[in-house]
Amino acid sequence: MGAYLEQSLGWQNGFIFVLSAVILLAIVLGFVTYSIYFQRKILGWMQLRIGPNRVGPFGLLQTVADVLKLLLKEDIIPKAADKPLFILAPVLAFMPAFAVLAVMPFTESLHFADLGVGLLYYIAISGITVLGVVTGGWASNNKWALIGAMRSAAQMISYEIPLVLSVVGVILMTGSLNLIDIVEKQKEMGMWFFIPQFLGFVIFIIAQLAELSRTPFDLTEAESELISGYHVEYSGFRWAFFMLAEYVYIFAMASLTTVLFLGGWLPPFEFLGFIPGIVWFAIKFCAIVFFIFWLQATFPRMRVDQLMQMGWKVLLPLALVNILITAVLKTVL
Amino acid sequence: MGTKSGIRTEEMLLNVGPQHPSTHGVFRLIVKIDGETITGATPVIGYLHRGTEKLAENLNYTQIIPYTDRMDYLSAMTNNYMMVHTVETLMGLEIPERAEYLRVIVMELQRIASHMVWFGTYLLDIGALSPFLYAFADRERILALFNELCGARLTYNYMRVGGVKWDAPEGWIDKVKEFVSYMRGQLEGYHQLVSGNEVFLNRLKGIGVITQEEAINYSLSGVLLRSTGVKWDLRKDAPYSIYDRFDFEVPTETAGDCYARYKLRLREMEESLKIVEQAAEQFPADGEIMAKVPRVIRTPQGEAFTRIESPRGEIGCYIASNGKDKPYRIKFRRPSFANLQILPKLLIGKNIADMVAILGSIDIVLGEVDG
Amino acid sequence: MATVYMNNYLIVAIFLFLGILLPVGALTLARFLRPSNPTEEKRKTYESGVEPVGSSWVQFNVKYYIFALLFVVFDVETVFLYPWAVAYDSLGLFALVEMVIFIVLLVIGLIYAWKKKVLEWN
Repeated sequence: MGAYLEQSLGWQNGFIFVLSAVILLAIVLGFVTYSIYFQRKILGWMQLRIGPNRVGPFGLLQTVADVLKLLLKEDIIPKAADKPLFILAPVLAFMPAFAVLAVMPFTESLHFADLGVGLLYYIAISGITVLGVVTGGWASNNKWALIGAMRSAAQMISYEIPLVLSVVGVILMTGSLNLIDIVEKQKEMGMWFFIPQFLGFVIFIIAQLAELSRTPFDLTEAESELISGYHVEYSGFRWAFFMLAEYVYIFAMASLTTVLFLGGWLPPFEFLGFIPGIVWFAIKFCAIVFFIFWLQATFPRMRVDQLMQMGWKVLLPLALVNILITAVLKTVL
Repeated sequence: MGTKSGIRTEEMLLNVGPQHPSTHGVFRLIVKIDGETITGATPVIGYLHRGTEKLAENLNYTQIIPYTDRMDYLSAMTNNYMMVHTVETLMGLEIPERAEYLRVIVMELQRIASHMVWFGTYLLDIGALSPFLYAFADRERILALFNELCGARLTYNYMRVGGVKWDAPEGWIDKVKEFVSYMRGQLEGYHQLVSGNEVFLNRLKGIGVITQEEAINYSLSGVLLRSTGVKWDLRKDAPYSIYDRFDFEVPTETAGDCYARYKLRLREMEESLKIVEQAAEQFPADGEIMAKVPRVIRTPQGEAFTRIESPRGEIGCYIASNGKDKPYRIKFRRPSFANLQILPKLLIGKNIADMVAILGSIDIVLGEVDG
Repeated sequence: MATVYMNNYLIVAIFLFLGILLPVGALTLARFLRPSNPTEEKRKTYESGVEPVGSSWVQFNVKYYIFALLFVVFDVETVFLYPWAVAYDSLGLFALVEMVIFIVLLVIGLIYAWKKKVLEWN
């Protein structure tokens, strides 16, 4: 990919760019399909059940069947809803989830855009999702949806700050916002960033769970409180796009964690270098996705005021402390 | 906030239920909210009202028993006993030893099964998925025992005036003993999984606090009463059946909050296991399971009220008889209904997440609330 | 260099475009496949199974708005922190002292909000 980026733009190169993006989209959709399957399987095993096992061998086609069913479902838009915004919201929620992947490096050669401001781009674009959620919740003209949307707006913006600040330590150590440079630096140091940046890593993981609205921070959906939160009025394929956005975000966030803190495509030991980088990337990536699903089987949900207080009173000061420690250590050493 | 600077915050009227995952049935709560803070709450009940008491006036005593199954459908055994016990008191019947033991065993197993459902659904309300399935898997073992005993899993129709309908099949008592030791291990696991979880504790501690005075004034009973420090359990304080023969504790807490109620219910399961274990040890090798009662049961003219300790609190039955085979008037004192009264008071000033935690901790069964 | 720059942002544009195309395309496709049979009852707003009272478009609680204000303050802080972190090596001790002062100022703001109980929910 890097070679194509150097060449001047022609029809052929343009076509290659589009094709590669489409292939990534297909891979992401495949990931979503099977992450849902494995989520259900893993949750099933953890809860003494078997999980889906009917459609296809070992239930492997269950999600495919679900998607096809959703495709054939009637599209119901409530009479009281704001129709244009109601239709716009799922698109608004999905678009940034996929667009952030443009800067994600999977190995040193397999990457798409190689932006100097890669990390900043990721954070800026991912901030748009909350607009989709708030739009959807407000346009539904449903009280549950409104509360859910308000909660998620408050939650996402509150946790965006610690999330963004927790990676400043990584930037300090690297001196670049480019995601490829960040991995190269980890190679140079011979140490993945989750060791020197342990505090930042912990804050990042917690804030990331809140950004993704996963247990124990799944207050935005909270089926036992808000019934479903912002997407309670959505059905069929529009609803599917909210769900899709959520899982694509898991893909993006797990990739970002791998790149920032777990050394991306680097092998844990030098002598294991013969195994291709993409395999190492996949292993670390899957471990994070598994971790997210595992929490879902283990944790209860936090309360909204506790969530906000943890964000502002614990994570934010800690993230600032982390920045100062990193900066001071860097000057002293 | 806001009001000073002229920004107006409107209050919203929100219907929680009858179609809501955390109302545990068709219970409706109209709440007034400002943001997420509840400023007013009005419970609406009656969606499941079937007029059990009125229907019972046209049924003979044996026919009423299945109706009691369907009131508190999570502890049908206790409800069965509550009804037949009143009739037996009215008739002055002597119950055979073996039947009494069977009754105690099934009632205590039922208490565990009922608390198991509460534990699972409550954790689900709080947002934890897995304990629900673990609790139901364990409850399933109790239901399997009941199924073996009387052929039903939920609405047993097991007790009769004068005894019980079916004798314990061969090996059943051994299975009960086996279950007791299995369940002890499971309870240990529940404590490890849930009781120490920081997120869980933060959700429950100091939420829905009831004072001792309030508990008594609102005529609360069961765990709600004991969570405020009142040591009152009818099995100890007004023993019925053969409860005076067993050695068990009545656990109490003083905090009166949701966490106290959580701890109490788990402790109660342990105590019930003790009772079941002792009853299974003392279980008479043979004997009758039915007293000598006429084919058609007629109660002498007069009235009787008895009350027992159900998993949800004091459940009572009042029968006014005019000497016929049907009650002239029957009235049930339903603990879920009485306990629910304090709900609006507990909700004011709390937010929606607390509402779910508080409602769940009261442990209502809508079949019983609506009668 | 300009080509690399152009190409990179072209890819970003392609991703943004695809991100919009997929939902729009899929929903258009679904339109031909799904039934459409709206009735009055179906199109009612859901509120736990009873008729909703009043609209949900009300002046909603102001607390959420205050968090948004705080967010803006701290988000601007990160805008300063990022370039500072990138250029830290070349700036040296002076930059550290300056940033410490900047962060302290913001922390004072946070403490003020904390003491004013803005961060409390109820």
